[in-house]
Parts: sequence; structure tokens; C-alpha cells
Amino acid sequence: MKATLWGTRGSIPTPGPETARYGGNTSCVHVLGDDGTQLVLDAGTGIRRLGDTFEKPTGRVDLLLSHLHMDHIQGLGFFAPLYDTDAEVHIWGPASTTQNLAERLTRYLAPPLFPVLLRDLPCDLQLHEVPCGSFQIGGFECSADMVCHPGPTVGYRIEEDGRVLCYLSDHEPALGMESFELEDLEPEWVSGQRLARGADLLIHDTQYTPEEYRERTGWGHSSVDHCLTFARLAKVKHLVAFHHDPARNDDALYRVINAAAQKDGLPFRLTVGAEGDVFKL
Amino acid sequence: MSQQAIEVILTRQLAAHLSMPTFLVDADGRVLHYNEAAKRALGDRLEQERDVTARELAALFETRDQKGNPVPAEALPIVVALEERHPAHARLRVVGSQGREVDVAVTAIPLVGQGRRFLGAIAFFWEVPA
Repeated sequence: MKATLWGTRGSIPTPGPETARYGGNTSCVHVLGDDGTQLVLDAGTGIRRLGDTFEKPTGRVDLLLSHLHMDHIQGLGFFAPLYDTDAEVHIWGPASTTQNLAERLTRYLAPPLFPVLLRDLPCDLQLHEVPCGSFQIGGFECSADMVCHPGPTVGYRIEEDGRVLCYLSDHEPALGMESFELEDLEPEWVSGQRLARGADLLIHDTQYTPEEYRERTGWGHSSVDHCLTFARLAKVKHLVAFHHDPARNDDALYRVINAAAQKDGLPFRLTVGAEGDVFKL
Repeated sequence: MSQQAIEVILTRQLAAHLSMPTFLVDADGRVLHYNEAAKRALGDRLEQERDVTARELAALFETRDQKGNPVPAEALPIVVALEERHPAHARLRVVGSQGREVDVAVTAIPLVGQGRRFLGAIAFFWEVPA
């Protein structure tokens, strides 16, 4: 499979020269299977540029939403395949305790926030609620679990021929833990561990510095240190730092993540996720 | 790898921060967690047992009603919450730490997660005057 990052920023788009290296678009990752199966992880603003790369006839595209916070659906209405009568678009995402996925999406894809109603989209649109155990999309074996983040939020594990990609864009596994030191953690009791176990590629929230995390505990995101510990516990092979804080410019982002990584040698490869990065698994 | 549901993980983390004695059991009735306050009130008998179930708590703590009659396992609030899936409350007399009899008020509620998944039950209790 091949994964391409189209949006790496957290919370709000941050276009500008100070974020040009890692990108200012919000969460979006394209995953292409060996058999041509196309997945899109989240519909942040990065999805607009991605949508323009699809050749017609589009065929089937599966969009897997981690949750419905604005930065993860803001680009949805600008995703070109939704307006292609020949496209078959499947949207997977979590319901809430009171509303199904269609009702939740309609809160955004409806006036006054957006001029086009979900029901009026010309593509063949099909909605699926997660988590729902394992599910097959083309050659991908997918699974989703609820993870620690405010509101219904899932992470995804995507497998193809023994290769595993795990996507945990917004995730605060340290919330409420007395200690998040590796030696104190039991995987059974850490959010997201089943999904990330042994992943070849883990795309994970690294929004905060440890100092920022202390001020923003409970906001649903990880510090870089917590993410590195989470990745060690899961024994991943390659970590992609993701969901960058909107207040962090490129130089600061590089400094923060590499400073954390250099405290101890890492048993996995670490990449600071940048728009346009391509990972082949 | 098996992993607890996020709702159960967060409930355990909440319990670990409460000063009210708290028990958490999974959907099969297995005691997953009891917090420091529960250990203080009831002693270390649970630590000496492995894989205790909610039904076994009645015998373990020699549970009685206020008249001194034994309370069967199925009448424990946590067993009611688990098996009948509704909240339950009771005044009980139990043998606490160091063999001391204490009167407690117990409230248990079923845990129902996203997608209406039944995940287990949680019980809180308070020591009350006899």
C-alpha cells in the first residue's frame, strides 16, 4: 500500500510561509492499495487538493472519518468525487449516542454552513457507522476502535498482505493515567494499543509539548513524549508525527519533535509528517 | 491483542481518582478494578484472590442485610446492575478491613457504551452509621 499525506495540521488550517514546509491543511491521508483500492482518512482541508487528483470515472472511494470535529470534515464539501455522478463514495464514521452518522454530517452539509445538502450530492453516497468490528474494503482488512478524545472518535487499523497502517490522528491516551512511563503501562489499559500493535506505519497525534500538555490536559491530544511512549509500547516500526499544533511554525515544529526524540534512542523510525510525504508499505 | 473498550478504560481512570470506594466489573462479571478507597474500606482480600466475579463478592465480604440475614449474590446491587441491567441501591452490612463489620450504602449502575454496547457495571459505596 502507499500512503500520502495531504493535510497534517491540527485544529485549524494554517496557510502561510511559516508553515509551508510541513503544510497548513488539516488532516487528510490517502491510502492506495496494491489492487487500486482507494481510502481517504479524514476530510480536513487537505482533501480538496486530493480530490482534484482523481481521474474519471472515479469509481469507488472510501472515506474513513475519525470523528466529526470541524478540522476533520471541513474539506468534505469540496471533495470532487462527491459531485461525480459516476462515483461511488462510502463514508465511514462514528455515530453519537443520540444521532446517526447522516444526521451528524447534515449539521455541516446543510445551510447556513454549506449550500449543498448531503442528500443532494449527485454521487452514489453510502454511509457506514463505526466501530463495527472488522470490515473489508477491497484488498484492505480494516478495523476501528473508539479512542480517547472528546466526543465519539475512532482510530483505524488498515492491513494488506501483512502490512499494517494505523491512523490515530486525535488521541490522548495519557488522560487520567497516574503515570505514562513505559514501565508503568499495560497495553490492555491504554487507548489505541490494539489498533497500533506492531504497525509498520503509525500516524499519530503529537500536537503538544510536555509543557503545553500540562495546560491542556483533557483537550484530546498527545504531547510528543506521550506519543513516543505510546509508539514504543505498541512496538511500531515507523512513527509519523501528525496533527501539528496550529501555533507551531516549521522551525519550531522540527525543534520540538526532534528534541523529544533525541532524549533517548528510538527503536523505530520517526518522521515529522509533511504534506506530500509518501510512505510505501 | 485484547484491549478494554475506551469507555471502560476511562471509567477505571475516573475510579482511580475518586475517594469514594468503587468497583468496576466487565460484562462477564469479572472484577476489573477496585480503587484505593475500596481497598482501604474492605481490606486486601481482593488482592489475595484472582479473577473474582461480582457474584463472589457476597461471600468474600460476608454480606448481610441490616437485620443480619445473609444477602444472596443475586441481590447485590452490582449483580443486579450487571444481570438485570438497571441501577440498583442497597444498605448492606459487610465485613471490612481487619474483620470489622461496617454498614454501607451501595449504588451500582450498568455501563452502556457507544452503540449501546453493554460493557459491565460500576458500584460505589459509602460507609453509613449503623
